Amino acid sequence: MKKIEVLGTGCKKCTVTAEQITAIAKELGTDVEVSKVTDPQIIMQYQVMSTPAVAVNGQLAHSGGVPDRKKIEAILKA
Amino acid sequence: MLEIFTWLASWLVYDLGGFDPNSKLGSSLHFFVEDTSKIFALLVVMIYAIALLRASLNLERVRYYIQQKNRFAGYGLGAGFGAITPFCSCSSIPLFLGFTSAGIPLGITMAFLFTSPIINEVAVIMLWSLLGWEFTLVYIAIGMTVGIGGGILLDSLGAERWLKDFAAKAYQNAATSPQANRPAPEPASLTLRERHEFARNELFDIVARIWKWIIIGVGLGAALHGFVPDGWFSDNLGSGQWWNVPAAVLAGLPLYSNATGVIPIMESLITKGLPVGTTLAFCMSTVAASFPEFIMLKQVMLWRLLATIFIILLINFMLVGWLINLLAPWLFSSL
Repeated sequence: MKKIEVLGTGCKKCTVTAEQITAIAKELGTDVEVSKVTDPQIIMQYQVMSTPAVAVNGQLAHSGGVPDRKKIEAILKA
Repeated sequence: MLEIFTWLASWLVYDLGGFDPNSKLGSSLHFFVEDTSKIFALLVVMIYAIALLRASLNLERVRYYIQQKNRFAGYGLGAGFGAITPFCSCSSIPLFLGFTSAGIPLGITMAFLFTSPIINEVAVIMLWSLLGWEFTLVYIAIGMTVGIGGGILLDSLGAERWLKDFAAKAYQNAATSPQANRPAPEPASLTLRERHEFARNELFDIVARIWKWIIIGVGLGAALHGFVPDGWFSDNLGSGQWWNVPAAVLAGLPLYSNATGVIPIMESLITKGLPVGTTLAFCMSTVAASFPEFIMLKQVMLWRLLATIFIILLINFMLVGWLINLLAPWLFSSL
């Protein structure tokens, strides 16, 4: 199972990102656990400066905006 | 070239709509149609063109440039990059921590954050088309000065001692952290197609975010334009009493808007006789001192620092107002 964290201080784009990942994972039948991380300390540890960002199993996979479908699929399949 | 929007508005409102050009409603509608069509047309072209150019500019590289410079160049660069870097206010906390943990002084980071809401391509395009290039240059100079001045003042007060513990630690550890001696991030080499996609996304993103503000801003500006007589402010407030400026700053505080919504109103306020400096002070106070953003910064700062920043901003806006009112006769031959 993949543990996916959506990093962001809580704006609408972060919610959208989490929803899209959940929806696409369901479509592809990937087993994921999606959570939203709003704690600035944790976001700092990932060295992310523009949100939303996405981390998979503790590894940063994307940052700087809502990922498009292609990117989400790549993240889920990796 | 921009006259076509005046013709378009005249044709739609007076010829097709049958409104009397001398009536209040007719003149308001004309203002509304002319300004909204002009602003949207310019924005679509310019946002796309600017986004094409800056597609490869990312925050990691901006941080690297600022880090490499000495302290005093740093304030100018902080404010300058704040003006040109695309960045959404919901990223201000991660950005703040990213800069701080790289050892960039608090004042330089704040110079970036102060300038960012005041100057951006949308504000510049709108000012240029509505108020002319002289006014636009003065506005940019003021926005940079507010950012640089605010940053230098914060550092000279030693304001970093009022950071929250974890942020202060990140700042102190910066020299020994692996980030300190990292090589320059590679500039992203983008194909023309990738640049186009970036620019298209930016365009949709920005227009989706600001179209409401433009309609509201131009709507209010149009109402002022048609229904308030020319020179009303100078007749009723007197022109240039010293207390006008602090009053304008206080009036702007509870209004939370972005630059897009305020600029069309500025145009009307000035033609109705509000002094230019007073108008600018009002605009800055509305745009740059917004409570929602201050509450966000609470996550990394103690109240003491927040209050200090707030007071510095207010004083800066008042100084700007008084200064521009004094200089206005020499600066703006056309207004």
